[in-house]
Amino acid sequence: MRLAPRPDERIDRSQEVTFLYRGKPVRAFAGDSFGSALYASGQRVFSRSFKYHRPRGLLCCSGHCPNCMMTVDGVPNVRTCAVPVREGAVVVPQNVRGSLDFDLMSVTDKIGGPFTPVGFYYRVGHRPRALWPLVEKFLRNAAGLGRVDKHRGREHRTDTEYRRARVLVIGGGESGREAALSAAIDGPGVVLVDEGRQLEGHDLGGVEIVAPAQALGIWEGGLVPVAHGDLLIRYRAEKIVVAAGALEQPLVFPGNDLVGVMLPGAARRLVEDWAIKPGERAVVLATDDRGLETADVLRDAGVEVALALRVTKDNPREIRAEGRRGRLHRVLVDREAIDCDVAVMSGGRQPAYSLLAQAGARIEYDERRGIFVPRDVPAGIAATGSVTGEIGNGAVPAPSYGSGGDKCFVCHCEDVTVKDVKRALAEGFDSIELAKRYTTVTMGPCQGKLCQLNSVRLIAQENGEGEAAIGMTTARPPWAPIEMGMLAGRDHEPCRRTSAHHRHEEAGATMMWTGSWKRPHSYGDVAGEVRTVREQLGVIDVSTLGKILVEGPDAGAFLDRLYPNRFSDLKPGRIRYGVLTTDGGRIMDDGTIGRLGDELYYVTTTTTGAGRVLAWFEWWNAVWGMDVEILDVSGALAAVNLAGPRAREALGALTDIDVSNEGISYLDAKQGVVAGVPCLVLRIGFVGELGYELHCPSPAGEHLWDTLVAAGARPFGLEPQRILRLEKQHILVGQDTDTESNLLSAGLDWLPKLDKDDFVGKWATELVAERGVRERLVGFVMRNPVLPLEGGQIVSEGRSIGRVTSSRFSEAAGRHVGMCWVPPELAQDGAELQIMVDGTLEPALVHLQPFYDPEGAKLKS
Amino acid sequence: MSFLLTCPHCGPRAVDEFGYAGEVTTRPAAKPTMRELTDYVYFRRNVAGVQREWWTHRHGCGAWFLAERDTRTNEVLKVELPS
Repeated sequence: MRLAPRPDERIDRSQEVTFLYRGKPVRAFAGDSFGSALYASGQRVFSRSFKYHRPRGLLCCSGHCPNCMMTVDGVPNVRTCAVPVREGAVVVPQNVRGSLDFDLMSVTDKIGGPFTPVGFYYRVGHRPRALWPLVEKFLRNAAGLGRVDKHRGREHRTDTEYRRARVLVIGGGESGREAALSAAIDGPGVVLVDEGRQLEGHDLGGVEIVAPAQALGIWEGGLVPVAHGDLLIRYRAEKIVVAAGALEQPLVFPGNDLVGVMLPGAARRLVEDWAIKPGERAVVLATDDRGLETADVLRDAGVEVALALRVTKDNPREIRAEGRRGRLHRVLVDREAIDCDVAVMSGGRQPAYSLLAQAGARIEYDERRGIFVPRDVPAGIAATGSVTGEIGNGAVPAPSYGSGGDKCFVCHCEDVTVKDVKRALAEGFDSIELAKRYTTVTMGPCQGKLCQLNSVRLIAQENGEGEAAIGMTTARPPWAPIEMGMLAGRDHEPCRRTSAHHRHEEAGATMMWTGSWKRPHSYGDVAGEVRTVREQLGVIDVSTLGKILVEGPDAGAFLDRLYPNRFSDLKPGRIRYGVLTTDGGRIMDDGTIGRLGDELYYVTTTTTGAGRVLAWFEWWNAVWGMDVEILDVSGALAAVNLAGPRAREALGALTDIDVSNEGISYLDAKQGVVAGVPCLVLRIGFVGELGYELHCPSPAGEHLWDTLVAAGARPFGLEPQRILRLEKQHILVGQDTDTESNLLSAGLDWLPKLDKDDFVGKWATELVAERGVRERLVGFVMRNPVLPLEGGQIVSEGRSIGRVTSSRFSEAAGRHVGMCWVPPELAQDGAELQIMVDGTLEPALVHLQPFYDPEGAKLKS
Repeated sequence: MSFLLTCPHCGPRAVDEFGYAGEVTTRPAAKPTMRELTDYVYFRRNVAGVQREWWTHRHGCGAWFLAERDTRTNEVLKVELPS
């Protein structure tokens, strides 16, 4: 039933919307919220409370309290009073066994009270210990709010956007609108965020309106995340104006949660916005004019107002609401009973200062007005309107009115009563922060909006301290409740693919992550791929390697200072292996450095180390200020490694470069055309065979790959490469080494040139040389055909003395082989090790030379 | 951490765009003792106050630069390219 059309109503009576409530159609008008439409259809009970399952009805009608939360289209905890109706939406109540009018769990309200006082779950059901999991399961089922539908999945996406604002105004009330309009005079870039629909119909020229939307917090640098539909907008504002307004506060009296007891705003919105008559007979109990004026609104809507009482003037000792089956039936003021079905209660308004507090404002208690107000608002932030504490007259109500009769709620969200708070204080939880955590007052869905001030008043009364001494709890984001998904946004983790990526997929490769790259693990036949490289010809996509050009008069000197070995004496056209260390002497990355010209070097890094090495180069260049340019060409160039006994023959057929051993010998770098593509040809052999790394512009990478495969090279993946390099004992930085490993312990003692004046890591390397290494990285072969785990322990006399870093079966060695860290005295050929494999100690022998082609004859052939 | 940092090339940007490389340290001029080396490599002053530190505009121009920042307030007093 609706009232006759109202001047400012927000419903459009010409537009009907129908949705389903518990399977039955409910007719509404455009402009209704689910809550208002249900109320108009006669619904009074909207939810059951958190702990006692008491019936609850509309309380605030502004999206703050938990009373109207239902599940809408599978989304739990929707504040139906604030969410606009949608055609065909499916609405069901939540947290109920049975129906809202008859909830089986409401037995807790009748008999549970004495057995379930505040914090009872800390004391009851913990002994014997085996009992608690069952008790916990029961409690979690009984309590809780709504259920997430696990099967619902990704029906809607959430996204994050980054925007800028010159002035961001939070709150679209009168003060907010004024602030936005006056800021707009100075030019564009003014954004007004409002949580409701009150801005509809306002002319705010020059102001960008974002509504309905919630500002969730204020961070340093003027960062304000705003939840707007499925979008989280991260605003950066030069100036922020907080006009968040003030929050209506309930009075505390027995039965103050009965269905029909509401805040002034709820009564106003029902009448003025939605043209709904809230009830037949009303009582108004208020501390302020604004609350008392609700009586006029109600009368205007045809409601009989039986009593309008300024509680701070008449000072009743006792107020009590009584209900029948949870619905308000009468109100007793000092035992004088007034029958009614609506009671409007107003304990004044508390500034919604949370955003300001987050921004760094101090929160101070205003004795006179009995509220907490923000002070010392920091630079770049302004506060305007009632959030500053300028909220008209009003006096401070008593912390509670009477204690007999029904339950007397301080906190509607968590069903915390006056008795609970008193009990917590008596038990010693006497500071506001402790009482909050113990009773969970302010920790429910309203996050203290309706209960914090009242709980502080109550504690102040009980402790005999002032409200100022007790203070408020910390105001934390988010200011408004939002779905978790809003914070997650969309997955922005990049995936990098090489230019021949889909060729790998076509060839049946299993792809795996290496850093941000996708690379082929293998093409389905690891052993076969290994064999082909050893006996015939293989090709692997190594486009993911980091590739850096270092150019300039100081290029050689720069690399000499960065790397332990020397590059200034490298002849143009030659390549040298390099390992980067930190000044702590720790191994950071490795790769090859080719000299392409007098002042030009081409550096490769590991796939995952590429970014770190580039930043490292650029940082040292910033520190030293040398005459050198550093250019990252990792993405610009594709690369393949063509390896196997037939590599020369295959390459020779595709290029005019002289591929003889004299034309391009081991560790030579040549530039030329291969398969019609300009290439840099590096003769290096990570896998231990005659091999050529071909680096070419990325767009030609796929063509080069296709040509090599057509020429008979079999693609091989990372896993075969791991076996091939392990057979050569070529280390993998990060696999065989960790952040503790240094050059000497990793068996690279031949690499550092300690006669150089300086290099990054020189001193540490020298100090390690003086002190001696504490462990060594060595190869091993298993005596028996068992494979130790990578990370497996090397054991001596019952103690772990080392660990396995790599282990595989080597067909070439006919054994299970690997690399491991051992004490230095065991770093000798043939030393016996015991490796823990599946709980058994398995014998192994240290093997210092490569397991395959120890002289490197194949590499250099 | 959501403060703004001014890249000497690109201007004020959200701090998420930058990489932080810690306070500016002084590399020993000559071979240090183990203790001196350890101090230089591992120990930082970690002041509560103004600190000179290295930053890189990682998701921008890539420049390395120096900033003076108050670690208590995240106020950035000065940024400059290394000379």
